[in-house]
Amino acid sequence: MSLTLHERAQYAGAPLASPAPAPAWTLSVRGLGKIYGDTSEESIAGTGPEFGTAVSPNTGAIVAAWGVDLDVAPGEALGVIGESGSGKSTVLRCIAGDEPATAGEMLFTDHGGSTERLDQLSPTERRRMRISDISVVYQDPALGLTMDVSAGGNVADPLTAAGWRNFGRIRSRATELLQRTEVPIARMDHPVKAFSGGMKQRVQIAKSLANDPSLLLLDEPTTGLDASVAAGVLDLMRGLLEETNVAAIVVSHDFSVIEMLTTRVIVMQHGRVVEAGLTDQLLEDPQHPYSQQLVAAARG
Amino acid sequence: MTTLSAELTERSVEQLAGDAAPRDIFDELSKRAVRRALLTAIAVPGYQVPFSSREMPVARGWGSGGLQATLALIGADDNVKVIDQGEDAGVNATNLRRLIVGNAGCGEETETGLADVIQSRHRIPEEPLKDGQTLVLQVPVPEPLRGVVGSMDEQRRMHAEGDYAKMWVRLYEDIVRNGVVSHSADYPCLVNGRYVIAPSPIPRFDVPKLNDSEALVVLSAGREKRIYAIPPHTRVEPLTFEDVPFTVEHTEGAACVFCGSDDTYLIGVPEEDGTTRWVCSDTDWCSRHRPDDDTETETEGEVSR
Repeated sequence: MSLTLHERAQYAGAPLASPAPAPAWTLSVRGLGKIYGDTSEESIAGTGPEFGTAVSPNTGAIVAAWGVDLDVAPGEALGVIGESGSGKSTVLRCIAGDEPATAGEMLFTDHGGSTERLDQLSPTERRRMRISDISVVYQDPALGLTMDVSAGGNVADPLTAAGWRNFGRIRSRATELLQRTEVPIARMDHPVKAFSGGMKQRVQIAKSLANDPSLLLLDEPTTGLDASVAAGVLDLMRGLLEETNVAAIVVSHDFSVIEMLTTRVIVMQHGRVVEAGLTDQLLEDPQHPYSQQLVAAARG
Repeated sequence: MTTLSAELTERSVEQLAGDAAPRDIFDELSKRAVRRALLTAIAVPGYQVPFSSREMPVARGWGSGGLQATLALIGADDNVKVIDQGEDAGVNATNLRRLIVGNAGCGEETETGLADVIQSRHRIPEEPLKDGQTLVLQVPVPEPLRGVVGSMDEQRRMHAEGDYAKMWVRLYEDIVRNGVVSHSADYPCLVNGRYVIAPSPIPRFDVPKLNDSEALVVLSAGREKRIYAIPPHTRVEPLTFEDVPFTVEHTEGAACVFCGSDDTYLIGVPEEDGTTRWVCSDTDWCSRHRPDDDTETETEGEVSR
């Protein structure tokens, strides 16, 4: 039997619900897979939670993610949780377009209702989407910001990319966004390398909201911040998610972040989704042994 | 098929490229290579075409790119003018002009209107260029994005996708820090609505002359091995925000002490008494516009800085 990778992905994950996607979803992902190394079918057997590894015994390839299905609606936040190396950041990078996915289908619908197959876009088109439709907040602010440029300049970047050519309007929009993310306006013209970790994250969030994206991807947004600063950033993000109609995917290994920001969650282990459900339900009554372990660890 | 390929392979270099016997500083095949690059550059305005920059009798970075472009373009019937910062009599300009005349057998000229090819370092002559003329600008740094991103891969991707957001951010930062766009020379320009170029370190004063120019403008960087062009009547817009107008250098009340012009690019010469004396940067233009001077007089070198 010979199957294309795409077909394999469909078998590995849940079958596609229907050919026509529910227009309610901002992002609908089916059978997403990412393999580093030999991408042939041989690599998939022998990996996953039941085998306790993401490394293929046949080819030595790393199956970082396979058969991942997820949906997120406007105004909703979806959590992706799992330990280091479980593939959650890989999934996020594939959605963001930082790396090409090996398999799977990604349907994206923006505010205006126009739908695109993200997996079929060229790298140039993916980068264009990142300007106005899809924003990412990285764990490491150096990935999302230009360190030598001022906070205002960093926010101006996506605005100029989207065609803004009026200095006064760019400046007032940047001021508005930085105010919203609680960055002191007095420091707006200082280079972000001079900022504290928490403030860099606030600038990154301001930048990510510049063009009113339809989808916001948060990759461990508070990891590396101390507890009190992280709480402030989380508060801010919760407020923003409530105010705007943006769909968000929050990747974290920290249950308190997931609990605070998201309503639904998927649990990943060894590159596979092992459990999916409502966040509070999953936290109260985890079904999969791995989820139970995670919750137990978080609850101490 | 066989006969055709046999015919092609049997044709000697001389048949293809002409007699290379008088072995100058620049052989015929290399000139053809420059002309080929130039044709691409003209076809895609503002795109930096790589070319096989040869060793020249001038060091790289001292006009070797401009020299190769000029030698590839000029014929024995043409006249060449060479200026350095507007001045025909500068040491480098004089030596380059002698080198070109000696090798191409062309005429030398200082009057802008009579020159066929004008090689220039960092100025465009005051007299408007005409149809049929070619301006060759020497370029030290052809990549406008060099100061914006370090990676050459990234620079090429940005050009390919027309993604100049980082360039705009740089202008934004400049206005925030200095209140004005402080870029004085080499002001980034958008050519034909597509590519951002470095117009070589000409003052901002000269940038508007590139727009809808009658003459062909060739920009050649010998050290960086890049050649690009602005064909006649091409749109060249300096990058500027809608509400921060592009301005050129101008000092209120300043006029050339020799010709009295106040609408040319002037250079301030500090005097001992603390005042500033203003003189035209374009010495040839200045010498031809003096009120009671004999225009035939050779005034080269009279105005020195």
